[in-house]
Amino acid sequence: MPPLTFTYQVPGDDFTRAGEASGQLKRTLKKIGFNADVIRRVSIAMYEAEINMVIHANGGEIEAQVSPEKIEIWFRDQGPGIPDISLAMKEGYSTAPDNVRSLGFGAGMGLPNIKKYSDTLEIDTELGVGTTLHVIINAE
Amino acid sequence: MTVNELCRRLDARLTAGANGADRSVKTGYICDLLSFVIGKAPEDCAWVTVIGNVNTIAVATLADVACVILAENIPLDQAARKRADENGVAVLQSEKSAYALAAEINAALGI
Repeated sequence: MPPLTFTYQVPGDDFTRAGEASGQLKRTLKKIGFNADVIRRVSIAMYEAEINMVIHANGGEIEAQVSPEKIEIWFRDQGPGIPDISLAMKEGYSTAPDNVRSLGFGAGMGLPNIKKYSDTLEIDTELGVGTTLHVIINAE
Repeated sequence: MTVNELCRRLDARLTAGANGADRSVKTGYICDLLSFVIGKAPEDCAWVTVIGNVNTIAVATLADVACVILAENIPLDQAARKRADENGVAVLQSEKSAYALAAEINAALGI
């Protein structure tokens, strides 16, 4: 059976809608009947990536492919790119602006959380062109 | 203990998401940085925070916490209230500090 594909548009700079895509996929995975741990890991990784797109990249597009064995997600944006990936992966390092921090973001845990809760994380980034995150979470 | 029961024990007010107040509370968690919360808050916890915006509710939903408790009389904004009602995320408000609430949650849950 081919994987089920879901796509979501993430609006840029709209914090009131951030988390909607993650919430929708979470409900879908629940209906399909994935176990709670898998759903939690997908939710965390996806929310963090979604928030990153809103804060740093003026939004983007998410494509999720769901099969019984794994949930595979691509996060594509046309933002500024990540100048130093190893720095961005460091817990506590953040370039989020102050107005965003006052909302509770900017802990510098976004990419570290995505890595921690996924089985595979690939980052393809080019300065001035954009970033694609490819995340795989195994369901078995 | 349910969220409703905990609300009474803490002398708090249930301000939104009343349809989620029958949920069972197992433990507590305190933090205001949303990435910490989504990565570390245990499921079914009472999450004490001073951030009362719509992102609080998104994180509460995704981390599957039992309820949000706003300490120090922090208000819940309008968009957050709407989202909490839609998603059944119970939000309590209290004038007490996060520290005082934590001590009382501990006592109430017998942890």
